Amino acid sequence: MSKTDTAAAPRPRNEFLLLAGNALRFTGKALTSNPTTLVGAIIFVAIVVLAILAPYISPYDPVAQRITIRLQGPSWEHWLGTDYYGRDILSRLLHGARYSLVIGILSITLAVILGSLIGLIAGYFGGRIDIVIMQVMDVVLAFPALILGIILVAVLGASVTNIIIAIAFTAVPAFARIARAPVMTLREREFVQAGYALGFSDLRIMFRHILPNIVPEIIVMASLWMATAVRTEASLAFIGLGIAPPTPTWGGMVREGFENILDSYSVALFPSLAVLVLVLALNLIGDGLRDAIDPKVGTNS
Amino acid sequence: MLGFVLRRLGFAVVTLLAVLTLVFFVIRILPGDPTVVILGDQASAQSIALLRERMGLDQPIALQYLQFLGGALRGDWGTSLVSGRPVIQEVLNVLPHTLELTAVALVLGVVLGLPAGVWAAVNRNRIPDYVTRVVSLLGLSAPAFVSGIVLLLVFAIVLRWFPVISGGQGTTPLERLRDLALPALNLALIMAAYVTRVTRSSMLEVLSQDYVRTAMAKGASGFAIVWRHALRNCLIPVVTVVGLYLGILIGNSVLTEIVFNRPGLGKLIVGALNQRDYTMLQGMMVIYTLIVVLVNLATDLVYGLIDPRVQYK
Repeated sequence: MSKTDTAAAPRPRNEFLLLAGNALRFTGKALTSNPTTLVGAIIFVAIVVLAILAPYISPYDPVAQRITIRLQGPSWEHWLGTDYYGRDILSRLLHGARYSLVIGILSITLAVILGSLIGLIAGYFGGRIDIVIMQVMDVVLAFPALILGIILVAVLGASVTNIIIAIAFTAVPAFARIARAPVMTLREREFVQAGYALGFSDLRIMFRHILPNIVPEIIVMASLWMATAVRTEASLAFIGLGIAPPTPTWGGMVREGFENILDSYSVALFPSLAVLVLVLALNLIGDGLRDAIDPKVGTNS
Repeated sequence: MLGFVLRRLGFAVVTLLAVLTLVFFVIRILPGDPTVVILGDQASAQSIALLRERMGLDQPIALQYLQFLGGALRGDWGTSLVSGRPVIQEVLNVLPHTLELTAVALVLGVVLGLPAGVWAAVNRNRIPDYVTRVVSLLGLSAPAFVSGIVLLLVFAIVLRWFPVISGGQGTTPLERLRDLALPALNLALIMAAYVTRVTRSSMLEVLSQDYVRTAMAKGASGFAIVWRHALRNCLIPVVTVVGLYLGILIGNSVLTEIVFNRPGLGKLIVGALNQRDYTMLQGMMVIYTLIVVLVNLATDLVYGLIDPRVQYK
């Protein structure tokens, strides 16, 4: 962590490049030093590639119905079987991955930006601003993500945008907390004090000198919370608060498959496993990254 | 100590008021007039006006707000738009089912997770450790509906050991237990995953302490060191996680109740969502807020009781 303020390498002029460089260097180190992160990353990248290629590699149209072959088990024509409307489950899974990933990535990106900004402001200014902001965050954090998600989506209505907003909202306090704590200690460090002495503006100190130092913590939280986001999205869709059918989403597929579970297990089982694998991959990444930034845990494992 | 309790109590009350206020205004800014939603597009202006009056929607917003708050605190949460019965009564009817499920899952989760975590810690970096770590990571990755469906497929549909529909209406204790077994196991397994992980890391930390070395030096058996000396000291983080997890447990109980078709708050909220029963939804938000606030309060207080070193600041 102290690397960023003592690094002898020429520093990029651009703030964004500095942040991105930090993030890349940290992720690269974690990937090479920890096998669990590597396994998680490989699975995650594979799912992303499959999702991007979905329109080209799907054997069938994900929404084309063929009532004559409905609820079939796995076969050579349909590797994972067909659902109640005779749609190919594999094709629907591949397309569904896009929604899980887009909602997971966008909602957590939104939460990271809003949350770290809020935490940065609370920790940097301290005092009354800090107390009020963190009290509000604590109230939101007190709610389980799923319950909060149900309430918000029920109120806003189930669309891709609203689901992203609702899930982002549940994760904002976590990022505010994670950003605030190191800011409070960093504020007292010499290099930040030197910034004050040189007459740098609050904004410059916050974004140029403090933000790069909390990047590793934020990346760890982001991967763990993205696991929660994917799980929440799937759970909401399972409850019936997902993107409207016939759009293929994993949670929605499980919901439809569950209604016919006595006739065919595959419609409910395969999308369930898909959610599990994606969440597991994200948790593996997050766990490995956490070990990489925590020296104590690192030596333990 | 008293100051600490009062402060936590104060925070709980503030949280409750804040969320109730939010619920009130959120329901009001919902797109669409609730009376039109209830009566349908075809309703006459007269019947809409009548319903507005009956629901108190013709009152000034400030007065509505005070009446809502007063009602919520007195336990008058309006009547369900679908069944016509008081919301509080519907909630209280199913609440015991949800509480029974979560309580059993909590106990079972700790009973399964604690020994697993200790087992992993004392066998650090050997096969038992790797196995428990992989299994617990799987457990905390699985959404409750995924693990529920797998349990249902294996134990109810393939093996036929348990009923597919849990019902919760069993009359004899044995029937009730059979109804409860799978849903409770589903929640408990996820709970156990969290407990295992935190017990393992907490135990590893405690085992590296000086007093453990002293105990070894005086010749205490490994069993006595782990179970008598170390376990008690590694419990504090475990309690915190159990408290934190209680909230997630309530969220997961919604999914579990749907999968196993068991009566409870989860089934109630899904029914209200499907039928656009706004007063019921409002009541559900109040009851969930109440539960979350109470659980957090209890965790804070228990935490203070277990660890005398906690500064009540």
